[in-house]
Amino acid sequence: MAKKITLPLNDEVLNDLRAGDNLLLTGVVYTARDAAHKRMLEALDQGKPLPFDIKGATIYYMGPSPARPGRIIGSAGPTTSGRMDAYAPRLIAEGLKGMIGKGSRSKVVKDAMMKYKAVYLGAIGGAGALISGSIRKAEVIAYEDLDTEALRRLEVADFPVTVINDIYGGDLYEEGKAKYQVKAS
Amino acid sequence: MLGAMREIQAGDVTNTIARLFEHSCHYLPPDVIIALKQAREREKSPVCRDVLNKLLKNVEIADKEQIPICEDTGAAIVMLELGQEVQISGGDLYTAINQGVRQGYDKGYLRKSIVSQPCFARVNTKDNTPAMIHTDIVPGDRLKISILAKGGGSENCSCLTVLTPAQGRQGVIDFVVDLVDEVGSNACPPVIIGVGIGGTTDKAMFIAKKALLRKVGEPSPDLDTADLEREILERVNNLGIGAMGYGGTVTALAIHVETFPCHITSLPVAVNMQCWCDRREEAIL
Repeated sequence: MAKKITLPLNDEVLNDLRAGDNLLLTGVVYTARDAAHKRMLEALDQGKPLPFDIKGATIYYMGPSPARPGRIIGSAGPTTSGRMDAYAPRLIAEGLKGMIGKGSRSKVVKDAMMKYKAVYLGAIGGAGALISGSIRKAEVIAYEDLDTEALRRLEVADFPVTVINDIYGGDLYEEGKAKYQVKAS
Repeated sequence: MLGAMREIQAGDVTNTIARLFEHSCHYLPPDVIIALKQAREREKSPVCRDVLNKLLKNVEIADKEQIPICEDTGAAIVMLELGQEVQISGGDLYTAINQGVRQGYDKGYLRKSIVSQPCFARVNTKDNTPAMIHTDIVPGDRLKISILAKGGGSENCSCLTVLTPAQGRQGVIDFVVDLVDEVGSNACPPVIIGVGIGGTTDKAMFIAKKALLRKVGEPSPDLDTADLEREILERVNNLGIGAMGYGGTVTALAIHVETFPCHITSLPVAVNMQCWCDRREEAIL
């Protein structure tokens, strides 16, 4: 059974999450990929505010396909999170609580998740048509020139994700693999 | 004799390319769907069976609502087999292909994911051009067009090495298996793995990519190569990575190996990784 979670995330909610838990997220997430992350870090370096309040926020690593007329958004599945590893620890230290993507994270990111309490959630890679159905509203709030890579504010309802890394060091990729690995005889 | 040339209009090439890319991003080839359903039957992990269910449901939604299956509608890969008795009229071939990509990605509401100047400004070209075009000249008077809308996530998990001849068959197996193990969930498993062995480094990666044009799970006609494919597939599925890396028994749907003669000093091995969302089409003009 999937747990229903209302965003924004907070430490109390994160205390109860374990790697492998299936969640349905409802609330606001912000989309950002490589190019938007680079600009956010530059803003922080220059002492400028970020385009949204990072405290308690959840970032979805995603760049949608264009919406057909009359639609909220196009296909909207996750991109590979590892490319954001260079930027994530700084944002986690600033108060970021959730990251949604696919693929493994570096040790530095996992350590930051444990130190500052943040989780990494997996969305199903390639399931962009399915996921687009949980997006109720989408608007570009910054870096519009980046097109698909622009920073978007999404309102989601029952967005299906799985906890990959929890605040206790649990890692679904490692635990799942260990369970089904067949060792050479 | 010039009279023997068969004319193909550049405009027909453009229209065909546009149609193939738009279609490929909304419908997977039947053999891919069958492979995903068989994977669901075979998979021992309930978590990964659920993932595979969602992948198949996603494919249905994409069809019904005309939303691309995956938001990464890829780099446009175009592989041509151009009959030497074909004459392209009314424009040049590569311009016609890029025009087709431009039209298909625009009309199909596909994502434009190509940036100019890879390590400098990285400005989006806004029409998904240029396509990555490869041309083989072959006998005959037809033009065969094969396309892949190749997502970045799995393409980034590709790799090339040059082994020593002493490392041989076992070295090849270990290289592929270790790579799949290392990239894990990043490649959006269950993956299809194109392997090119031999040639020079450029040739090895090209035949690895070309191996992805085969129907999923269709074995190599060469018995030794088919045997190698089976062994690598078993080793890869023993890794336990599973669909999306959540832990399971189906990490790859298929391994396709192509080989080519090589230099006495060399054993090049290239792996071109393909995510489960294998968008592949072909047409013959």
